[in-house]
Amino acid sequence: MRNKFADVFYELGKADPRLCIVVADISPAGSIAKFRQDFPERFINTGVAEQIMIGMTAGMAQRGLRPFAYTIATFSLYRPFEMVRDDLCYQNLPVTVVGIGGGVTYSTLGATHHAQEDVSIACSIPNLSVVAPCDPSEAAAATRWCAAQEKGPVYLRLGKAGEPDFTAKAPEPWEFGRIRMIKPGSDVCILSYGPIMKRAFAVADRFEAAGKSVAIASAHTLKPLDRERIEQILAGFKHVVVIEECAPNGSLSMRVQQIAWTSRAHCRLDTFTLQDEFKHCYGSHDDLLDEHGLAVGAICAQLGLT
Amino acid sequence: MPNPRRSNSFDLSSARQRCRRYRRRILDISQQVSALHVAPAFSCTEITDAIYHGLMRRAPDGSFQDVFLMSKGHGCMIQYVILEELGILTREDLDLYCTPRGRLGAHPDFGTPGIAASTGSLGHGLGIATGQACAERMKGSDVLIYCVLSDGEFQEGSTWEAMMMAANLKLPNLIAFMDNNDFSGLERMSEGHQAFYPLIEKIDAFGWETAEVDGHNGTDIFNAVTGRRGDRPLLVVCHTVKGKGVSFMEHVPVWHYRSPNAAELKQAIAELEKDEA
Repeated sequence: MRNKFADVFYELGKADPRLCIVVADISPAGSIAKFRQDFPERFINTGVAEQIMIGMTAGMAQRGLRPFAYTIATFSLYRPFEMVRDDLCYQNLPVTVVGIGGGVTYSTLGATHHAQEDVSIACSIPNLSVVAPCDPSEAAAATRWCAAQEKGPVYLRLGKAGEPDFTAKAPEPWEFGRIRMIKPGSDVCILSYGPIMKRAFAVADRFEAAGKSVAIASAHTLKPLDRERIEQILAGFKHVVVIEECAPNGSLSMRVQQIAWTSRAHCRLDTFTLQDEFKHCYGSHDDLLDEHGLAVGAICAQLGLT
Repeated sequence: MPNPRRSNSFDLSSARQRCRRYRRRILDISQQVSALHVAPAFSCTEITDAIYHGLMRRAPDGSFQDVFLMSKGHGCMIQYVILEELGILTREDLDLYCTPRGRLGAHPDFGTPGIAASTGSLGHGLGIATGQACAERMKGSDVLIYCVLSDGEFQEGSTWEAMMMAANLKLPNLIAFMDNNDFSGLERMSEGHQAFYPLIEKIDAFGWETAEVDGHNGTDIFNAVTGRRGDRPLLVVCHTVKGKGVSFMEHVPVWHYRSPNAAELKQAIAELEKDEA
């Protein structure tokens, strides 16, 4: 995802001189290094200083540029939180804040580097759109949208590198603000977003082995949330499952539960989130998800799949 | 980027008349509301006046070519009354200050005519101004970014992040002023935070061009900017008096926020008029 973002940003930057990127001491991966080489005046490294990274992007946007702020998710959103809120969101400026490694992607680095509440926090700020693609193809579409849009700030939550392709056969295109079906099915619908999509597919396989037809929907835009589509899914499937890599409070799960209640949905609804805990566990991304109770086996057990 | 040439000098006598007028107008408005940060506006009255009436260049249609950003958002009353006089804000705007039917609050709000950034939370303005200056340089324009900060804002780490970055980028089009009135909301800063001083050496060491002036003398402020070397960002440390112009407000922390009562207003106006005579 990270590399796809970089490739697309480079291509867009060649055509649009307003695009620039402000990073805070993160090594420019992939094509971002090429962007720096070809357009040095449009690549700025503030060093280990995230408040100025965000503050500068606000001023640059006010003077007609289209800046992206780019670093590890915890440092792009948490450290400069008030700058994101006041400088970008209160002033409603078209700046994209890229959070690399949202959720527990940086699995060996400890909770200082786990943006496990980033979606909840970002969704709570007025004017901020929140987009979390699940694979490189969605990351490319989201990056193109972010670079072209004029409506206001966006938190673009990316994984790291190496996510597989989940959406090549998707029956519906990526569209900002629209939940898309990426796998058709009729009995069960799994809603997910971000790199944990791999577990949604694994759970779908287990359902299908048990004779169920499973749809998977990518809820890539967390804000504004496609409430209408969620209502349709809740009304159209007997069983809806949400699997996400986000702390429970303020999660997609909580919002789907709320929509289920207000729309008087009759389906079975199961939700799976990260736990409301800091995990002192160091291992792979999969290890961390397991530690949070999101092992495929643990999810399937709760769903009654043996 | 070369210094913009200015043949005009700064007329101190006119500036003093304007500043008396502005202070009087702020006192009048203070009677509409219980609080409006009188003293913080009075300490940066001459600085803001010199920026608008001496330093910022205007296009033939009268619009400002340069940008002014009030980082110490609580000082915005002086900006509001200047914008009113310039016709950028209306009398009605000021009459409706801090009322639900109006559009002006106790801190400036981006989107309001003449307001370059939403400020109020301290330590944000210099970062935004750094981004603005960087953008103007990237676009190849000669627009200058003027930014007024409180001395209290230099207690914010974010201000020093901006100090580092503006110097790294060697932005000659960024011109900042420290309204060094020595008072934060609570106490005299040089007593509560002695180790913070001296200031000018720290700013020098961060790679900025510096100047130190009497912040109530518009000519000194004007000359500090027009006489700069101009190869890097400039910070003018302006020595000021919080509540300047009204004896009972000067150096008294309570006037950070409150409005004078009727008797206090009468005395304040008398002092301003006496000064005029």
